[in-house]
Amino acid sequence: MEITLETVVFYFLAVFITVCSILTVTTRRMVRSATYLLFTLFGTAGIYFLLGYTFLGSVQIMVYAGGIVVLYVFSILLTSGEGDRTINKMKRSRLLAGLGATGAGALIVVFITLKHKFITTTDLAPLEINIKTIGNAMLSSDKYGYLLPFEAVSILLLACIVGGLMIARKR
Amino acid sequence: MEYTIFILLLPFLSFLTLGIAGKWMTHRKAGFIGSTVLAVVTLLSYITAWQYFSAPRLEDGTFATLMPYNMTWLPFTETLSIDLGILLDPISVMMLIVISTVSLMVHIYSFGYMKGERGFQRYYAFLSLFTMSMLGLVVATNIFQMYLFWELVGVSSYLLIGFYYTKPAAIAASKKAFIVTRFADLGFLIGILIYGYYAGTYTFQPDEMSLLTGGAAMLPLALGLMFVGGAGKSAMFPLHIWLPDAMEGPTPVSALIHAATMVVAGVYLVARMFPLFIGYAPDVLHIVAYVGAFTAFYAASVACVQSDIKRVLAFSTISQIGFMMVALGVCTSADPHHGGLGYMAGMFHLFTHAMFKALLFLGAGSIIHAVHSNEMSAMGGLRKYMPVTHVTFLIACLAIAGIPPFSGFFSKDEILAACFQFSPVMGWVMTAIAAMTAFYMFRLYYGIFWGKENKELHTEHTPHESPLAMTFPLMFLAAVTVVAGFIPFGKFISADGTAYTIHLDWAVAGSSIAIAVASIAIATILYARSQQPVADALARRFHGLWTAAYHRFYMDEVYQFVTHKIIFGCISRPIAWFDRHVVDGFFDFLAWSANATSDEIRGLQSGQIQQYTYVFLLGTLALILLLLL
Amino acid sequence: MEYYLIVSAIMFFAGIYGFFTRHNTLAILISVELILNATDINFAVFNRFLFPDGLEGYFFALFSIAISAAETAVAIAIMINIYRNIRSIQVGKLNDMKW
Repeated sequence: MEITLETVVFYFLAVFITVCSILTVTTRRMVRSATYLLFTLFGTAGIYFLLGYTFLGSVQIMVYAGGIVVLYVFSILLTSGEGDRTINKMKRSRLLAGLGATGAGALIVVFITLKHKFITTTDLAPLEINIKTIGNAMLSSDKYGYLLPFEAVSILLLACIVGGLMIARKR
Repeated sequence: MEYTIFILLLPFLSFLTLGIAGKWMTHRKAGFIGSTVLAVVTLLSYITAWQYFSAPRLEDGTFATLMPYNMTWLPFTETLSIDLGILLDPISVMMLIVISTVSLMVHIYSFGYMKGERGFQRYYAFLSLFTMSMLGLVVATNIFQMYLFWELVGVSSYLLIGFYYTKPAAIAASKKAFIVTRFADLGFLIGILIYGYYAGTYTFQPDEMSLLTGGAAMLPLALGLMFVGGAGKSAMFPLHIWLPDAMEGPTPVSALIHAATMVVAGVYLVARMFPLFIGYAPDVLHIVAYVGAFTAFYAASVACVQSDIKRVLAFSTISQIGFMMVALGVCTSADPHHGGLGYMAGMFHLFTHAMFKALLFLGAGSIIHAVHSNEMSAMGGLRKYMPVTHVTFLIACLAIAGIPPFSGFFSKDEILAACFQFSPVMGWVMTAIAAMTAFYMFRLYYGIFWGKENKELHTEHTPHESPLAMTFPLMFLAAVTVVAGFIPFGKFISADGTAYTIHLDWAVAGSSIAIAVASIAIATILYARSQQPVADALARRFHGLWTAAYHRFYMDEVYQFVTHKIIFGCISRPIAWFDRHVVDGFFDFLAWSANATSDEIRGLQSGQIQQYTYVFLLGTLALILLLLL
Repeated sequence: MEYYLIVSAIMFFAGIYGFFTRHNTLAILISVELILNATDINFAVFNRFLFPDGLEGYFFALFSIAISAAETAVAIAIMINIYRNIRSIQVGKLNDMKW
């Protein structure tokens, strides 16, 4: 396999995502955890860009990295910002149990993935999906149109906004 | 004869009235009601007897067996059922007279004896219950009805023995009586069931067809088991242990139940089943005779050394019932007319014995009332203070010793004649026992009325004659004892029902009178004076024998040993252990395991989200593995 | 292509590990975000390599992002409410059941 730019970028991103995700779940301090999450999401966006899905990557950055992480940071600061760090007096058994389960699951998945032969697709034809296609697909009601999910998601968002307000309002 | 139902109904109503409403009556009223009812019942019994025996005989010379009432109560099959009814028959009519007379005397007597006692009304209620039960027993038309009333009699006896229920000895005695008789009744019930199955009916005339097809072989077993029940109620050896203890009850109760009526229920049972015994089980009849003879000897020997006057009389009763059983047992079927002499003699002795034994007990009650103690050591020289009691007691002692012209002589003579007919050995054994009877009765008589007075007791309370309520029954019963011997008993009651004229066999009679007089003479020499040097020397010489006899030959200790060590220790205790640990333990284990399981499962619903997800993940992984392989 | 899947698998199991072993509820929610992201990568990769002509996976990922956002918002609102009531967001304190 020749070393193209693509593979280099891919390996870099892979390492980046791996390291950051593991750090997210093992760090003690909450704000650091949120920061590592941000990096992981950037890495994911990078993968989308690598795959050629620019719109998806942008949406990922905007919504996830820009909205959700900010939300998390706010809530962390609101609740545990008074110096209340994650108390990590973990029971040994729980640690081992979690590690064990995770390890087992990971092994199974990797085993399945590498055992089965996927279609050899090492060379990617360069892809360009322009916004027009996306827009048409999203808002059309033909066979491959996604109008209905679009509307449904918008109603869901409305419900979530209202629900969020209801739950968290001042009594 | 329809009025006979009132003989049963009136005492029952009296029991209900006195039992329920007795609390609000005065003692006088309760006693009055009880005694009046009994007087009416006695009158009705006499009228019944008069009508029955003056009716013309049937062609074969027997009296008709009348059944004024016979109602089917519990049908099992078309042919087998439990009936309730009234059967009039020579022996049942005789028993009606005996029971109602003695009961009436006891009712009148109790007016004086139980005066001022707490529970006076309850006492009269129980007396009525007992009278009703005993009357029902003797007029039973079938064996099951007899069993029903048998149990009722046992219950009344229990209630009356335990009348002084605050005294632990009385409670123990009533329990002992009930348990021993109940235990014997188990044999009785099994006998009844076998009889009912093989004879095809519960009445006293078995179904011929059932007997021919194999039933006859099982009849001896059934009759033997029924005799076991009778032996319990009549205090035959070894089931006699309850009767001496039953003397804890009030003395009139002892007179009624444990001398005259209830304890003869076993004798009555054998007499009732007599045709079946003679026809199908003559060997069982001989066993009856041997048991009776041994019991008579045992009881007489124990009675010779007792110091409590009621115990002496109790053992005397056991001995005399032994005589009655022997009389019934020595009958043979070879010659129905003469071979049945024992039956007639036994019933005659039952009649006379009831009268003079009741007299003895009531007299004893009068003495106990005067000196406030049962022991012979508190008595002595009482003839100066209690003339009426003295004379009547003497008459009764002469009767039981078998001295003519008192009634005891006639009945005992017939029994001895029947025994000599059976075998000379039996005859001489029974004569010897009769001699012992005379001996211990006169020992008792001299010990109470002659001999040294107990002066310390007399200074506090001089003994005086009892009131009329108590002396009237004594005089009445003494009069009966004097004349009853001359009743031509054989004309009314005999083994095959025809009239039987009593001859006096002078050989037997002469020997028995001579031996009785000799025994009385020995007793007089030993006991009549204030000092008793010969008696004390004899007691010291045979000290071991004397102590064994005093302790009733340790029969109670044997029973205690068997029940506590053997039955409780070896059988009941392991079974109880098994029940408590294995059976209960099994269920405890089930409960415990359910508890433990639920404790474990409870952990699954902890409310911890991470645990839920963990389980979820494990399940998913397992599923994947399953699909992979 | 498999390598992309391995990456997403690692992210996925990192998220699961974090879900089990963290005490802070918000950390658990962050782990859930990781899981969701991993699945989005999976969808995008499958769409790109196996079905280059269709856009199903693409849109699925898109909508998944939108829905995760909504869900996160509501979850955080709940957490804030819990914090107001019991003054703590340790998940060990949240196991009081109704009865």
